[in-house]
Amino acid sequence: MTEIRIQTEAFSMQEEWGKLRSRLGTDAGAVAAFVGLVRDVQGEGPTTLTLEHYPGMTEKSIAAIVAEAERRWQLAAVTVIHRVGPLQPAEQIVLVLAASQHRAEALAACTFIIDCLKTDAIFWKKETAGGDARWLQATGEDLARAAGQRAAVGS
Amino acid sequence: MIHVLFFASLREAVGLDGWQCPLPEGVACMDFDALLAALRRRLDAAGYAALTAENVRVAVNQEFIDSHATMLRADDEVAFLPPVTGG
Repeated sequence: MTEIRIQTEAFSMQEEWGKLRSRLGTDAGAVAAFVGLVRDVQGEGPTTLTLEHYPGMTEKSIAAIVAEAERRWQLAAVTVIHRVGPLQPAEQIVLVLAASQHRAEALAACTFIIDCLKTDAIFWKKETAGGDARWLQATGEDLARAAGQRAAVGS
Repeated sequence: MIHVLFFASLREAVGLDGWQCPLPEGVACMDFDALLAALRRRLDAAGYAALTAENVRVAVNQEFIDSHATMLRADDEVAFLPPVTGG
């Protein structure tokens, strides 16, 4: 029961939450949610974040992350929505919902999915601020978190 | 033809979204090294250097490859992907 979407338009947390609930049976006791927002680059004037993806392969890369989470935890339903195209500060960029019988699994799976999305999902971010444009690199912290996720739960 | 795609910073470095690489006449397939040789002829030195940087990954028909011996056939899609930054 997984829904994965890549889209340019904004998403509604309420709507996605409702859709996920309609896919749940009565044995799910917890839903963990993560929403990522576009952050402003401090003091560099208006910022635009432009996301690019590889249609088809990006969806597959997200499906592989969700499948890995499903092997590690018993999940009742998962939703991942990732936006592409130009985005402004404070806009919603990514949504992860993970439902399970118990809170520990739901929270762990939600964290695992967003940490792995940072390093394994096929997206590229370009930041334009103050007339300068640059492609962002995955930070050492992002890479360490994803590696730590995989080490923590074993394989 | 082999359909070659360049993404993000590589598209800008190369100056192209993609390129259609012709297969030599009468040849049904070529290996990845042969494609690189064709790209070296097609692109300028800076563009070629960007594609062959150590952190660039290559996908054939949307699956990552790790060997230059990978065989490419007509209508295969070969994508050059710089390091990703999602989430």
